[in-house]
Amino acid sequence: MKKLAYYPGCSLKGTGRAYDESLRAVFEVLGEPLEELDDWNCCGATSYMSIDKREAYALASRNLALAEREKADLLTPCNACYLVLEKTRRHLADSAEMGHRVRRALDAVGLSYEGDVRIRHPLEVLTRDVGEERIKEAVKEPLKGLKVAPYYGCQIVRPYATFDDQYHPQTMDRLLKATGAKVVPYPFKTRCCGASQTGTLPEVGLHLVYRLLNEAEARGADVLAVICPLCQFNLDAYQSQVRREYDLEPIPILYFSQILGLALGIPAKKLGIDRCVVSANRVLERRAAHAA
Amino acid sequence: MLREDGFGSGSTRDRAVDGATVNGDAPLTNGNPPIRIGVYVCHCGTNIARTVDVEQVTEKAGELPNVTVARDYKYMCSDPGQEMIKEDIEELGLNRIVVASCSPNLHEETFRGATAAGGLNPFFFQMVNIREHASWVHEDRESATEKAIDLVRAAVQRVRHHRALETRRVPIRPEVLVVGGGIAGITAALTLAHAGKHVYLVEREASIGGHMAQFDKTFPTLDCAACILTPKMTQVKAHPNITLMTMTDVVKVEGFVGSYEVTVKHRPRYIDVSLCVGCQQCIDACVYKRGKFEDEFDVGLSKRKPIYLPNAQAVPQVVLIDPEQCIQFSSGKCKQTCLEACDRDAILFDQEERVETLEVGAIIMATGFQTFDARRSPHYGYGIYPNVYTALEVERLVNASGPTGGEVVLRDGEKPTSVGIVHCVGSRDQKTNPWCSKVCCMYSLKLAHLIKEKTDAEVYNFYIDIRTPGKGFEEFYQRVAAEGTHLIRGKVASVYQQADGDGELLVDVEDTLAGMVRRIPVDMLILAVGLEPRADAEEVRRTFNITCSGDGWFMERHPKLAPVETFTDGVYLAGCCQGPKDIPETVAQAGAAAGQALALIDRAYIELEPNTAHVIAEDCSGCKTCIPLCPYQAILHDDAENRAEINEVLCKGCGVCVAACPSGSIVQNLFEDMEIYEEIEGVLAYA
Repeated sequence: MKKLAYYPGCSLKGTGRAYDESLRAVFEVLGEPLEELDDWNCCGATSYMSIDKREAYALASRNLALAEREKADLLTPCNACYLVLEKTRRHLADSAEMGHRVRRALDAVGLSYEGDVRIRHPLEVLTRDVGEERIKEAVKEPLKGLKVAPYYGCQIVRPYATFDDQYHPQTMDRLLKATGAKVVPYPFKTRCCGASQTGTLPEVGLHLVYRLLNEAEARGADVLAVICPLCQFNLDAYQSQVRREYDLEPIPILYFSQILGLALGIPAKKLGIDRCVVSANRVLERRAAHAA
Repeated sequence: MLREDGFGSGSTRDRAVDGATVNGDAPLTNGNPPIRIGVYVCHCGTNIARTVDVEQVTEKAGELPNVTVARDYKYMCSDPGQEMIKEDIEELGLNRIVVASCSPNLHEETFRGATAAGGLNPFFFQMVNIREHASWVHEDRESATEKAIDLVRAAVQRVRHHRALETRRVPIRPEVLVVGGGIAGITAALTLAHAGKHVYLVEREASIGGHMAQFDKTFPTLDCAACILTPKMTQVKAHPNITLMTMTDVVKVEGFVGSYEVTVKHRPRYIDVSLCVGCQQCIDACVYKRGKFEDEFDVGLSKRKPIYLPNAQAVPQVVLIDPEQCIQFSSGKCKQTCLEACDRDAILFDQEERVETLEVGAIIMATGFQTFDARRSPHYGYGIYPNVYTALEVERLVNASGPTGGEVVLRDGEKPTSVGIVHCVGSRDQKTNPWCSKVCCMYSLKLAHLIKEKTDAEVYNFYIDIRTPGKGFEEFYQRVAAEGTHLIRGKVASVYQQADGDGELLVDVEDTLAGMVRRIPVDMLILAVGLEPRADAEEVRRTFNITCSGDGWFMERHPKLAPVETFTDGVYLAGCCQGPKDIPETVAQAGAAAGQALALIDRAYIELEPNTAHVIAEDCSGCKTCIPLCPYQAILHDDAENRAEINEVLCKGCGVCVAACPSGSIVQNLFEDMEIYEEIEGVLAYA
């Protein structure tokens, strides 16, 4: 496996800290400890791209240049970072003009980028490079009986489906199955979580959150597994608000890496499970019950 | 000297200088009259003129040595265009002709004809392709024009060295090979056989009939497909002029128009076809008490045994054994109950593959299509939810001889109460196939009608556009609409199974006519899968040396005027291998392909290019270098004279010997050294 430079992005240093903690712990246990990219900067997120493309590409490409200097690929857990960096990588490869402008910008700060960096997601690395077999072997506390609904969100499969199916992604399903959990059929796995509309247009955003939660409940899921800090935030932090308007049972929202970590026997505290707004105690209880 | 006679329209402009002695060039052929070249630059409507400045090309051509006249014209291939060449030859005493227009594939014959009509040997002509090689592939007018001038200069320099040549006549074999035994191949084979020609009909499956045999009714008349197809299938079997070969693949094609040598491989069916009468007692006797393996003809909706009849109407009506599934082949320890049951001793476990060579004059490709694999569009749920079907599966369900005897029931045996039909699955979709598959609208309406008739279910058609361009098609659409089928204009976004809905599916769809998004529950969802080239089309294309268009369909010689010919002489196309078609269109095209093949073979001979090689006896040292290199065994060594001799009947003009000859004593007509050198010089001379 080519060396990986871990690019947490801003969310994983803030609201998504549990994602950062659990990923580091999981990769550590699997014998592939994460090394953070030195001096990384903001990816620009989706908003910068719509304001000034040239500056947005230049900003994002700095991270590609830093990784290239390390002869590493970027490991990018946040869906938004993943999309922006992947889009930048493709655009620089396809557009000679933009490539030229960006190279000039990089040159000004003594950097260069030749196009030799892949953007990789933990789901891809864990299924392809590490492999389910190694993960199954490392599972210490199988999550037998835990019913998980896998929710991928939009940016990891649209518009580019780089490592999984666009409409019917499977990589997280496979990882969750490797933990011994039961993956329930969840047809809304790539539908919208409301994104920033939970804040700007709550009547639209909250309804979208409701639909996802309601479907998970209808499928009998104990927990929703997510891979994006914004999805996690919407489904978790807005859940009480949604429940005020709709008749729903509370359901914990965990990063797939937290669930994987529990199966690998990593203490809940180290996985940031206590950072959830909606209590994940029912997941922990199930693990405890199984251990006993 | 400027000529001022005009050719009527005034669109013809002379840019001519009498070039016989221009620049003081000496005549090139000692003792022969001086070279007088006519150059004609075609606009091809705007195809060339839009990007290439044809007037400038003509002007530059007029300034070249030996050019007597240079003209441009809107359509050189038209009658007036050809007439212009003829008259110029007669009036200006031209003795070489250059036409700068399209590909020689299209019009070399036309202009050679015009050259001959003017009284010259047709090989005093050279064609320049400034359409495919310049105007169509470039955007910059200036450089495209420069390139056209370079190409014209090359041809002018080359044509000066052309010699008078005679075409060769070779006989055409009257037999025809038809590849593929669907309705296209069957129609072509029968047409040729009725005309008294012998046909080899090669089919890779165990029975002929193709996709049409799987269908229930045909749109828009609702004729029973089997009722109209089966008689044709049996006619094929019975016709004395047709040799039917099933389970046979074409592995090699050699030769050329008029005399193709085709190597075919007969895969073993482990049954003596001449003995088996299709009584099926062997199937009853098989150690498998009931079917265990997916039946291909029923698209997996029923099970069959390892020994089976391809389908009830199969032609030939002969069983076969699948060696991958039969216990005798896997373990060698079967009780062989089938063998005992067969009182005609037709079962041959040790039958082997057999290779045979066929000699034919023409070939008709009728290799058909495959349906789009619905798993490639997983948002429609095929392969994920059991109640999502492909249209081909439903054809089998509604068919009286199908797995349910014509009952439309779900996999659990229940009758559906609401059925959705999604149009354009794998068609008109940038992610999968961009083309319209042409037949899906009509077959979807047909299935809607049949399902309504058989189940009284609510039927929803989800369509982008309804396309009904055919005789009686629009009327059929109106009829189905009047029957109460729901027609919802919009693309289906997603399909999923309800959490507690007993397999019920929810279809999320935009209804663009109502201006809303709808969620429609159905028990059964049918995907109107499109048509696409067969997975091995590329391999087949190579075997037969024909071309494919970018999307993978076999390519016709001309989209309008040569729709059944290919760029390989003597190879014709019929049916869906060339693109999506319905049955009437396929039958019409198959008839046309057979007609073209007949027109070819009834001429009895073909004229071949005189592009063969010959040895200049006094220069040959008899080193024999060329002899093993010739792919056609056309070179012999004359021991008495110690020199090589080329049989011009066998020579195909590949040029290998010419390049290899150490003493340069082999010359190839139309590719003589001087012709090539001058052409290179002409294209490189930056003027």
